[in-house]
Amino acid sequence: MTPLLELNGVNKDYSIGGFLDRSTLHAVKDVSFKLESDKPEIFTIVGESGSGKTTTARMILGNETPTSGTLRFMGQDIAAIRSRADRLKFMARAQPIFQNPFEAFNPLTTLDYYLFSTARRFLGLKSRAEVEAAADRSLQHVGLSLTEVRGRYSHELSGGQLQRIAVARALIPGPKLIVADEPVSMVDASLRMSIVNLFRDLRDNLGVSIIYITHDLSTAFYISDRVIIMYRGEVVESGDAKTVLGSPTHAYSRALRNAVLPPDPIAARAIIEAKLADANLAGPAGA
Amino acid sequence: MLDALATPSETRTRPILEVKGLKAYYQMNYFGVQREVRAVDDVTMTISRGEIYGIAGESSSGKSSLIKTIAGAIRPPLRVVEGSVKFDFGGKTLDVYADPARMKAARWQHLSYIMQGSMNVLNPVRKVKHAFHDFAYKHMSLGEGDFRQRLVSHLERIGLDPRVLESYPHQLSGGMRQRLTIALATVCEPEFIIADEPTTALDVLVQQDVLALIKDVQRRMGSSIIFVTHDMTVHAAIADRIGIVYAGRLVEEGPTLDVFQQPQHPYTAHLIASLPRIGDLRKRKALPGKPPNLSEPPSGCRFHPRCPLAIDICKTENPPLETRGTGRVACWRAGEVEAA
Ligand SMILES: Nc1ncnc2c1ncn2[C@@H]1O[C@H](COP(=O)(O)OP(=O)(O)OP(=O)(O)O)[C@@H](O)[C@H]1O
Ligand SMILES: Nc1ncnc2c1ncn2[C@@H]1O[C@H](COP(=O)(O)OP(=O)(O)OP(=O)(O)O)[C@@H](O)[C@H]1O
Ligand SMILES: [Mg+2]
Ligand SMILES: [Mg+2]
Repeated sequence: MTPLLELNGVNKDYSIGGFLDRSTLHAVKDVSFKLESDKPEIFTIVGESGSGKTTTARMILGNETPTSGTLRFMGQDIAAIRSRADRLKFMARAQPIFQNPFEAFNPLTTLDYYLFSTARRFLGLKSRAEVEAAADRSLQHVGLSLTEVRGRYSHELSGGQLQRIAVARALIPGPKLIVADEPVSMVDASLRMSIVNLFRDLRDNLGVSIIYITHDLSTAFYISDRVIIMYRGEVVESGDAKTVLGSPTHAYSRALRNAVLPPDPIAARAIIEAKLADANLAGPAGA
Repeated sequence: MLDALATPSETRTRPILEVKGLKAYYQMNYFGVQREVRAVDDVTMTISRGEIYGIAGESSSGKSSLIKTIAGAIRPPLRVVEGSVKFDFGGKTLDVYADPARMKAARWQHLSYIMQGSMNVLNPVRKVKHAFHDFAYKHMSLGEGDFRQRLVSHLERIGLDPRVLESYPHQLSGGMRQRLTIALATVCEPEFIIADEPTTALDVLVQQDVLALIKDVQRRMGSSIIFVTHDMTVHAAIADRIGIVYAGRLVEEGPTLDVFQQPQHPYTAHLIASLPRIGDLRKRKALPGKPPNLSEPPSGCRFHPRCPLAIDICKTENPPLETRGTGRVACWRAGEVEAA
């Protein structure tokens, strides 16, 4: 069976620096993984800031082309999608969700407008009744309804509700894959849980696979099927989420896991003090 | 007048910030219908010199609106309806809403403000080094060479290669941009730093470096810091005191350790009890009910519809924020809250 998504030896280099000291930055190095099409899952990417997570997501969504290696979506080479029609078809199947729900929606536009225009664009729906039905159907999947959302502006809703609406919008074209780049970093712990629980429902009830990029190791542990850990452009550890996050083996993954701040002022303070002592040994900043 | 009379030691012990009865509302007019979102509703607080004060609360509770108003960085539809914000910089009182011109001058020199999502504020068409030149260098009495050296060691402490200075913002990852804005706000070591969610886009290792940097600036320069985050573990790590905001109001405030060990408000108790711990797969008890709508906030105590301890008076009368133990709390049943 053709995999849903297959990355094979993917590299992305950027040329950086000025005219005289131009050098190459290897943002993504030899990344390979595969998501099966008959086994929807939550596939999580965690890792260092600047390790290539967003770059990988952008390549999966076809917004960036790899320097070498291939990315295939349902058998098709993503970088080779050229025509407008093919691109639209691809986008209907692979939808993004972004970090900041407040920025994803213009404060002067009502939220239902976004849902309606997505329905027109991807489903080719014309009549008002059809468009509204499609919007309502996808809102139902995220625990909302068109009656609740109609005519409302983004600032009238909470961050969690907005992120739900962003998910509802992504669901309208009937995607097989959702790529969510830090979808919960801007919202509080309880909204985080409601959003990751929603991802689980989408996986279980609609068969949608989700690529979940996050710095939040506790939701990653809680919700993921598989996880990869990235460090300096490379995947340093991958596998079953409970195993990798529960007992990591690579030095970086171990350091990451041990760096989670404890929710206890005495222990957390001690960690910061130790950092400070290290930094001052290495040379006082600015002194 | 007070200024002239104050002795140097009084100047040092006087709070650096006094916020009194502050109300700031978003006032909007949609097709003739007036709407008002009471995002900051009657907040009174003081910050001491050299203190790190953390503001916590759920999404949309008004945390950003509060510190935006304190920083004097509001624009319509957000308006100050009542109250005052006064800083004390070098023995001189700066009344933010009485003296906007002086406030503007104080920006960057005495006060730096990192907005929420500020990784997106760097100018997209200029290399990031120009931002450091424009905002930090101009307010520091350092030569070019010394400034450069200070900057490089500052960046290295939070894991940034000095070559990032030669980049355009779009060439950097989200977390790299967030760290740059923190570097920008701290490198000139201002007396007062206001930071809104400064570590949300960082991995936990880098987050610790950033928190250590903030702590270091406070310790070495005696800077006062207000920072906002809904991440209670960040408060645990660096805040001296914590203020808990619920639906636009300050409902509890106290020394960090006391707030964690002996929360006095039922909402705080819930926040502390529901902290996620890795390796723990239990489903957490969610608060019943919905977050309040700030354009039609609940009567009385705004938390009463979700509060396990609510009694009749909670539905009709707003509890005042009163001193209790080492902190302040606004709850009719403050004495009866169980520690988590
Ligand atoms: N358009 C670009 N030009 C040059 N370099 C780039 C470009 N886009 C990304 N990079 C570089 O690629 C590396 C990886 O960036 P990426 O955004 O993928 O990181 P990330 O893992 O998403 O980090 P974060 O957790 O901070 O969001 C970084 O060093 C970044 O500076
Ligand atoms: N420009 C605006 N116009 C109208 N209402 C607004 C505007 N910005 C914010 N609000 C409303 O003000 C209230 C407080 O928002 P604020 O951004 O201060 O919350 P917050 O606690 O910082 O939330 P978060 O944790 O999501 O950052 C919310 O109800 C929000 O919808
Ligand atoms: Mg990223
Ligand atoms: Mg905010």
